[in-house]
Amino acid sequence: MHDAFAWDRRRTFFPGLRWFSLTGTWRIMQPGRNLSSSRSRLCSVFLLSLGALPALAEGAQSTPSILAPASTPAHEIYGLSLFVLLITGSIFAVVAGLLAYVIVKFRARGPDAEHEPPQIYGSTQVELAWTVIPVLIVVVLFLTTARIIFAIQDAPEPKSALEVTVIGHQFWWEFRYPKLNIVTANELHIPASTREAPEPTYLHLLSADVDHSFWVPQLAGKTDLIPNHPNEMWLDPSTPGLYVGQCAQFCGIEHAKMLIRVYVDTPQQFDAWVRNQQRLGVDDSTVAAGRQVFESQACVNCHTIVGTPAHGTFGPDLTHLMSRATIAAGAAANTPENLRAWIHDPGTFKPGALMPAMQLTDQQTDEVVAYLATLH
Amino acid sequence: MSAIQNSMPIFADENWRLPSRGRVGMFALIIGESAIFTIFVIAYVYYIGRSTYGPTPQILDIPIFNTVCLLSSSLTIWLAEHAIERGRMRAFAAWWALTMALGVIFLVGTAQEWTRLIVHEGLTIRTNLFGTTFYSLVGLHATHVVVGLVMLSLVMIFTLLGRVEQRHAERIQVLSLYWHFVDAVWVVVFTVVYIVGR
Amino acid sequence: MADQTLPIPGSVTATPSRDAALLEWLHSWVVTVDHKRLGILYVVYAIFFLLVAGAEALAMRIQLAIPNNHFLSPELYNEFFTMHGTTMVFLVGMTFIFGFGNYLVPLMIGARDMAFPRLNAFSFWMTAFGGVLLYFSFIGGFGLYGMGAAPDVSWWAYAPLTAKAFSPGHNTDYWALSLIVMGFGTLGAAINTLATAFSMRCRGMTLFRMPLFVWLMVVTSGLTLITITPLTAAQIMLTIDRYLGGHFFDTQAGGSATVWMHFFWIFGHPEVYVLILPAFGIASEVIPVFSRKAIFGYPVMVAASVGIAFVSVSVWAHHMFTIGMTSVSNSFFVLSTMMVGIPTGIKIFNWIATMWGGKIRFATPMLFATGFLFQFLIAGLTGIMLSVAPWDWQLHNSYFVIAHFHYTLTGSFVFCIFAAIYYWYPKVTGRMLCENLGKWHFWLFLVGFHLTFDTMHFVGILGMPRSIYTYEADRGWGTLNMIISAGGLIQGIAVLIFAWNLIHSYLHGKQAGNDPWDAWTLEWSTPSPPPAYNFADDPVVRSRRPLWDIKHPNDPDWKYEQ
Repeated sequence: MHDAFAWDRRRTFFPGLRWFSLTGTWRIMQPGRNLSSSRSRLCSVFLLSLGALPALAEGAQSTPSILAPASTPAHEIYGLSLFVLLITGSIFAVVAGLLAYVIVKFRARGPDAEHEPPQIYGSTQVELAWTVIPVLIVVVLFLTTARIIFAIQDAPEPKSALEVTVIGHQFWWEFRYPKLNIVTANELHIPASTREAPEPTYLHLLSADVDHSFWVPQLAGKTDLIPNHPNEMWLDPSTPGLYVGQCAQFCGIEHAKMLIRVYVDTPQQFDAWVRNQQRLGVDDSTVAAGRQVFESQACVNCHTIVGTPAHGTFGPDLTHLMSRATIAAGAAANTPENLRAWIHDPGTFKPGALMPAMQLTDQQTDEVVAYLATLH
Repeated sequence: MSAIQNSMPIFADENWRLPSRGRVGMFALIIGESAIFTIFVIAYVYYIGRSTYGPTPQILDIPIFNTVCLLSSSLTIWLAEHAIERGRMRAFAAWWALTMALGVIFLVGTAQEWTRLIVHEGLTIRTNLFGTTFYSLVGLHATHVVVGLVMLSLVMIFTLLGRVEQRHAERIQVLSLYWHFVDAVWVVVFTVVYIVGR
Repeated sequence: MADQTLPIPGSVTATPSRDAALLEWLHSWVVTVDHKRLGILYVVYAIFFLLVAGAEALAMRIQLAIPNNHFLSPELYNEFFTMHGTTMVFLVGMTFIFGFGNYLVPLMIGARDMAFPRLNAFSFWMTAFGGVLLYFSFIGGFGLYGMGAAPDVSWWAYAPLTAKAFSPGHNTDYWALSLIVMGFGTLGAAINTLATAFSMRCRGMTLFRMPLFVWLMVVTSGLTLITITPLTAAQIMLTIDRYLGGHFFDTQAGGSATVWMHFFWIFGHPEVYVLILPAFGIASEVIPVFSRKAIFGYPVMVAASVGIAFVSVSVWAHHMFTIGMTSVSNSFFVLSTMMVGIPTGIKIFNWIATMWGGKIRFATPMLFATGFLFQFLIAGLTGIMLSVAPWDWQLHNSYFVIAHFHYTLTGSFVFCIFAAIYYWYPKVTGRMLCENLGKWHFWLFLVGFHLTFDTMHFVGILGMPRSIYTYEADRGWGTLNMIISAGGLIQGIAVLIFAWNLIHSYLHGKQAGNDPWDAWTLEWSTPSPPPAYNFADDPVVRSRRPLWDIKHPNDPDWKYEQ
């Protein structure tokens, strides 16, 4: 009946007025269901599903998961992310729990649905509470975050650091080691860095054309390569292995195929690799015909082979092409068949790549491929 | 429960005044246009001194006469508003025409300046970064002056045809707001380009 | 008849020529300046492009369902993802919000029409033609790769990829020019909304008695004035670069690629608030009515909305945490972004408090509004995660970000739009939408949405970047992508059911009457659909819920509101 709710139909919550109403109104509500069991169930499912992801293993893996950090920047980010997840997870549990409660508890049921419920216009105390608590959470989150920002971004470069200049191209990566006089492409070799023998790698990021972004999730967050805007980042992976990543800023038609392979080498492996890269291009006389083709065709306009007249810089350095596992920035495995297909028509693997189809005869192609196959 | 019952005034009988929609609309337009100009000004300021080659802002002459004309036109348009509010249509027409004349003088002066820059100094929008930002910003402003003059001339035509009366004063004020805005933008552009930028 | 905005289905009109009547009817829609008709035009336009952009998304999802797929060529895929984003933001999002704003604001404030009816028509047609120009790009040019010249530079179109040197075709130009054209339409609509809300309210409707939807449209329109205009400015600069040889973004001449980023995101971030704020307004209308309670904390809701608008213009560089800004700059944007979460969270709490102690009826509008609450909570929390800059250095440009913004746009914005359509369709057409089909639509869409976008968070965490037309088979992303695509298909089916519901109910739906939901704001006091003049007598109001006062004369709102 109309009068059944009359005494508590209206409560207007504003400062100084009707203090008792707050308790009065709370009184008529039914005690809530016990949510703690469903909340903890939610938490365990959540954590389990996280654990189900291929993660938390040491070292390199084929899935570039940010949950498998292998280098200090990635580790710092991972630790911070767990803390943030804890806070946001708790907020979710509370608010979603309230929402679920409200949906079940305050559904209109049966004849009771005929009357309008008590109209409540607001409550300054409640509004204050749920403003102050989020502000405090923000303060905590911000301070924690700022600390990690400064730790990663402003870490001073130690003398023992290896310096690599990364130049982004459409659609491949150029790696230069200025102090070691090495130029290579698409596959980065860096030494493992341990606590006993720290040797972090500092990357100096540049671009030859448009914006790119260097992202190898297991090793660090991504940093962009922007023309005329040099950037810096650092890595110090401790476990040798192959870490994968790719360009993470849309750079044109073949952005998807601008892959990165980072080989973290043991000190011996790294020294061996450096020495090989520092040698001149192999000059095998049995493939002189192929070298002739290479030097007389337009190849030399774009590519460099140290020790030959080829000094082009528009495309990757091919001096030690066979020391790489892939071609075309990971678009294909580095085999003679793939090389042949690539030279014949780059569109086979990467339609839109900036290398033109070279219009060579079959014989010329065979000879060039034979030549390139000797460039270890 | 009934204690606060009758503290709410009933508005049905009292004055119900709302702002004029023309004024609100014009203020909104001005805010939007200000945002566009702000972006061009930011670009200009950020790029000061960053041209890697080509002519520098030193080749600019400060357009004092032009500026005086344009800013005076704010005064004359205000006098025109004043006149129409009081129903003095002859005075209104005269001040309105003077406003237009001053605006035209400004544009002619701008044209002269640009001719000198293009022909004698070799500065075009594509010459270098300074040329791009200069012509864009000053040109954007000049475009707004042109649009303003078009509106002003419409009103001039209607006035000469005898169609504009005292009761249109409010609309004239709304249009004048736009003209004042164009002048205010010139103050900013002038300061940034000819004083700070040089 | 002059009173009908829509023809009565099934009525017999004894006109001499059916064709002439049809032509006249079509013509009346082209020349209309009635806010209700323009509102319907906007919304129909939006629904059409929702289907188009949805189809683009489904094509992309088929391409990505398995690694190294060949369903779409790289160029076509890049065009599709650019067009999907551009269409959804401008031709679906903006048109929905100004469509609903146009239709509802005058009715809710007791006015006869918008402040500037002809500007209203101009705004709609500018927007409409901008969309036509954008889509003409598919057929208008042969393009570089033979795939048409639709924009293919992503919807944020970073420089210098958009320079003539790197995008010699017309793709970028279609993008810039169509958006400049649409921008004029949007500006007009914003000016109109502000003038209407400030200058055309009926007697007694003070600003603090306006329905919250009107408040949110006011805040949105104010924000739009300073949001769309930076984009217009940046696109003019881009066009000057491309056609007049300018150097704004020419890094070889001293220009800067990062300046484009700043300008774009100074637009881009507040833009998403422009989209979501009216959705908040819709939720603030639907939730109280279906909970049978007044909105909890009206003044706080107004303050929070204004607060969100103000803070939202200070957060833009959280899209640029990876470009190499200083640690101090990065920290500033972390703080401002986290702060914008506070008034947003307050709104969620207020909605839940509105439902608390109510008697909730779960008709279809309320189902969608409740889904919105749940999803917006999650969206806000993943937003907090992204605001943590170091974590963003990993998550930026990954599928985690796509999941986040689809939670805000699809899971929150689109859910509110569906709620709004189910809620106000009876008012607009005089017919109820079928509840059964509505429930099918809701549950299917909910399942498909979560299948797709929950999974997307994980594939992003596993290192999958965005904007890629394919991916390596050994990265471990294949199964998850298949699930994501399956969810997309389910959403597509749900939306088709929805489209069918719209058409079917228009012809056979139950008669709605003035006030089928027992609601409290002024639009429910008119016939359904309202006559051209809206109100026979100018309303006079004394509270925020004029119809509650009429229905409860012994217990009106104005005794209790402060």
